[in-house]
Amino acid sequence: MPDNAELLRLENLQVRFPMQSSAIDSILGRPKRVVRAVDGIDLNIARGEIVALVGESGSGKTTVGRIITKLVQPTGGRLLFDGTDMTMAHGVSGLRPYRHRVQMIFQDAYQALNPRHTVFDAVAEPLRSLGLVENHDQLTERVSESLSAAGLKPPEEFFARFPHELSGGQRQRVVVAGALGVRPELIVADEPVSMLDVSIRAQLLQALIDLREKYSLALLFITHDLPLAWLIADRIAVMYLGKVVEMGSADDITLKASHPYTLALRDATPKLHNEAGRGGVQALQGEVPSAARVPSGCRFHPRCPLAFERCRVEEPPAIAVGPQHTSACWLAK
Amino acid sequence: MNNRSQNTAPPLLKVDGLAVDYATSAISLRAINDVSFELRAGEAVALVGESGSGKTTTAMAIAGLLSPNARVVGGEVRYRGRPLPIDDDALMRPHRWSETSVIFQGAMNALNPVHRIVNQIAEPCILHGMSRGEALARATELLALVGIPADRCSAYPHQLSGGMRQRVMIAMALACRPSIVIGDEPTTALDVINQAQVLKLLVDLRTRFNLALILITHDLSVVAESCDRVMIMYSGRIVEDGTVAEIFAEPKHPYTRLLIDSIPTPGEGKRMLRPIPGDPPTLVKRPSGCAFHPRCPSAMEICTTEAPHLKQFGKGRVACHLHDSLPAADKVSANA
Repeated sequence: MPDNAELLRLENLQVRFPMQSSAIDSILGRPKRVVRAVDGIDLNIARGEIVALVGESGSGKTTVGRIITKLVQPTGGRLLFDGTDMTMAHGVSGLRPYRHRVQMIFQDAYQALNPRHTVFDAVAEPLRSLGLVENHDQLTERVSESLSAAGLKPPEEFFARFPHELSGGQRQRVVVAGALGVRPELIVADEPVSMLDVSIRAQLLQALIDLREKYSLALLFITHDLPLAWLIADRIAVMYLGKVVEMGSADDITLKASHPYTLALRDATPKLHNEAGRGGVQALQGEVPSAARVPSGCRFHPRCPLAFERCRVEEPPAIAVGPQHTSACWLAK
Repeated sequence: MNNRSQNTAPPLLKVDGLAVDYATSAISLRAINDVSFELRAGEAVALVGESGSGKTTTAMAIAGLLSPNARVVGGEVRYRGRPLPIDDDALMRPHRWSETSVIFQGAMNALNPVHRIVNQIAEPCILHGMSRGEALARATELLALVGIPADRCSAYPHQLSGGMRQRVMIAMALACRPSIVIGDEPTTALDVINQAQVLKLLVDLRTRFNLALILITHDLSVVAESCDRVMIMYSGRIVEDGTVAEIFAEPKHPYTRLLIDSIPTPGEGKRMLRPIPGDPPTLVKRPSGCAFHPRCPSAMEICTTEAPHLKQFGKGRVACHLHDSLPAADKVSANA
C-alpha cells in the first residue's frame, strides 16, 4: 500500500520535437513547427503506489513512460526522483544508480527478449551490468528469486529455456523478472498485458500486485484500457494529446468521471451486456489530432460534444472536483 | 439485427467435422479437431479463444488460406450446399474475395507499403474481371463507404493511422461483394476509441449488405455489441456455442464462465483479479481427456480420461461432462 512518501514527481514536464520544415516553409519564412508530444505534465507517485496512465494512441502516455526511464530527454520542466532532480542526468555513469532504482517493462515481450539468450541470461544481464552481485551463487539466487516472484515456478526449470520455448504469458513474466531482479523502487510498465490472452492477463497483474505488497514497489501502469486501470491502480491519470485532463482515484475516474474525454473513453469500452439502445453520449468521432497542431483553447474541444465558445479560446486549468480528483474542463465542478 | 427471416433457409456455410494438421519436419500436430457449425446469411458469429485454440486455423481453412504445411485431414466446408475445395489453392481462387473474404489483423503487414491504398483495393476487383477504370471507381466508392475522405485515397499505408489502415482492410474485404467476411482480430491492435469506431463500422456494413460475419477474437467483451452468436474454442475444439445473450447470462462451460469473470467491470463488485490458473495447452502437449481439465475448477474423474463431445444443450451446444450428469431438459447422459 502507498505510504505517502513521494517517490517520483513530474513538474510541468515537456517534450517537444522540432519538425523538419519543408522547402516552401523556409522560403516563406514560416516558423518551424514543433511536435508537442508531452505538453506540461504534473504527476506524482508515492512509494508502493500504482498509478495508471490512460489514453488513446497518440496521447503521449508512452513518451511520459520513456521520460521517466530516461530514454527520452525532456525539453522542459522537472523530473524529481526521491527528492533528487534527475531532469538533466545523462550518460552511463550519471544514470547507473537511477537505472538500478527505476525499471521498465515493455509491451512486446517477443521483441524485448534476445532470442539467443536463455531465460537465465535475460534475467541475469541487468544484475551483471549494474554490478549488483559478487559471485555466481549470488547471481543464481537473485535470478531464482526474481523468476519465482514473477510467477515462474520452479525457477530452475526455466533457466536453460529460450524465449521461443515459452508461451506468451511466460515470456512476459521473464521480462517482469528481468525488471525485478535489480530490486527497483519504481517500474514503468507500458501496456504489459495487452499482448496476452485474457485468461493469463490476470495472472500477470496479480504478480505485479503481489510485488507491490512485498517490496513496496511503485508502478506506473500505461494502458488504453480503462477497466484494466480500475482493476489494478490506486489512482488514474487520463491523458489527451500530451496533457493530463483528469486525475483521481480509480473509482473517481471510472464511476464519477467528470471530463468529457474520460466519459468518451468509458463509453467506447465494450460492455459485456449488450444493453439495447444504450448511449446518450455520442461515440467519439475522428482521431487524436497531430501533436504538431494542438488545437487552441482546450485541446479536446474539436472532438468534444459539450464544447462551447470559451473552450475554443481559453485552456482550462486542472479544476478540483473532489478530494484528490481534478478535471481540466470548464464544465467541471 | 432483427430481420432473421433467413432462419429457415439452408445455411450459407456449413462446416462439418473439420480437422486440420500442421506438419513439422518430425511430427504432425492436430490444430483443430471435429469443428462443426453452420452460418446463415447475415448472421454474425464470434469465434473466441486464446492463442493456439484453433480459431484462426478454423477461419483460414474456411477461406482456403491455410499455410502450406497445413493439411485438411477430415471433414468438409460447404458454401451454399456445394463443397469448397479448401485445400486446393488454384481451385479456391474464384471463391476467394467474391464469396469469402478476410480482414487480416495487423493492417501494416497486410498492406503493401509501396502501393497507394486505392490501387491496392482495385487489385482484387481487376483480378475478378473489372476493367482498371471500373476497379478504381469501385475502390474510391469503397473507401468512402468505410469513412476514408476522398483526399486520402491516394495515400500510402504509412501515411495513415492504425484505425484508418484497418478501415482500408475492411474496404478491401468488401471489394468483390462477398457474402461472408471473416475478421481476424480486426480491432486487437487498436485503442478503445478506434476499436469502438471500427466495430461500429463493421456492424453498420453488415446490416447494410446483409453480410455474414465471422469475428475472430480473444476478447469476449468486443463480442457482446457486435455479434449474434458466440463459439468458444479451446485447444482445437469448440467447447461452447450459443447466442450472445445466453452465453453472457448463463455460460455453461467452466472455461466460458472463467473467461467472462476475468473481464473487469468498474463499479460491479470488488476490485479483484480472477485469474484462470495454469497456461493454455500447447499443440505438442495436449492434456488427456478434456483439454481444459488441468485448469478447470470443476474437473471430475471422468474429465481426465474421456474427452466430452459437443452436444446440443438447450438452444446452444456445450462440450462438458458437467452437463452430461446434470438433468438437462432434452438430453440424457450419453457417456456416463
